[in-house]
Amino acid sequence: MEIIVNGTAETVPARTIAELVAYKGLAAGALVVELNQRIIKQEQWPQTQLHAGDRLELLSFVGGG
Amino acid sequence: MTTDDALQLGGVRFTNRLFTGTGKFAANARIPEMLAASGSQMITVALRRIDAQAGQENILEFIPKGVTLLPNTSGARTAEQAVRIARIAREAGCGDFIKIEVITDMKYLMPDNWETLKATEVLAKEGFVVLPYVLPDLPLAKRLENAGAAAVMPLGAPIGTNRGLETRPLIEQLIENCTVPVVVDAGIGRPSQAAAAMEMGADAVLVNTAIATAADPEAMGRAFDLAVRAGRIAYLARLAEESSLARASSPLTGFLDD
Repeated sequence: MEIIVNGTAETVPARTIAELVAYKGLAAGALVVELNQRIIKQEQWPQTQLHAGDRLELLSFVGGG
Repeated sequence: MTTDDALQLGGVRFTNRLFTGTGKFAANARIPEMLAASGSQMITVALRRIDAQAGQENILEFIPKGVTLLPNTSGARTAEQAVRIARIAREAGCGDFIKIEVITDMKYLMPDNWETLKATEVLAKEGFVVLPYVLPDLPLAKRLENAGAAAVMPLGAPIGTNRGLETRPLIEQLIENCTVPVVVDAGIGRPSQAAAAMEMGADAVLVNTAIATAADPEAMGRAFDLAVRAGRIAYLARLAEESSLARASSPLTGFLDD
């Protein structure tokens, strides 16, 4: 399935956000996920389905002034 | 005199008027050391797309509970983007404080006051504690106040330049005329400059680069804390007047022969 991850089209084998996070090998703790401009809380990652064309933003807090 | 000299901002009582930032530290582990040494009670963080190549430390884990998070909207080029970043930060559990930073000029990193005002209008209505980072401009500051900003944060000099209070006369206008706190943000490079900002009546200062890139950020954090306290106490004590002529501090009579 092709989705847009951080602005780039990608074909991913994941059906849910939890699967995508695991597929990408990301640490959940630091991650903020926005799906089609809606924040998805970590508890909801396993049941949040991905659909072709979804726009996903994978964000994290970093140092800044 | 200074026993209850706390700064109230967004329902939070700050007994330390040095706000700090998390940018540019050599390692995240330096951040809690700096916070402990400086006593700073508010610290900025930024939000970015993940970098798969970079480490995945969670910077929030390096900020002790009890220190108020001030997410910034850095990276925003428009009011709309700043609003979106603010909403994400709040949803992600960072609280209601937001530093609005909208920058379209990449050479001097001057804040875009117009976009910043638009973002302030939206976010204040949504219950955010809005701290807009601006070029000091009195009419704009009054508009920000009317829009519901919790403070105004004028720059002393461009971000990261360590040049101090280049905009001093303009910041003085804000201090004289604003009803919300004035926090001098950006450009402060030395503790003496932070003290000068506090002496002239700033309510707080925000310092990142000067602390984070010092050889010893922990010690520099302590130095800034002392400077901010000294400047604040001096302001409250009312500075003595300047004079163009000397005014003797000892009696002018001769000691023996008169």
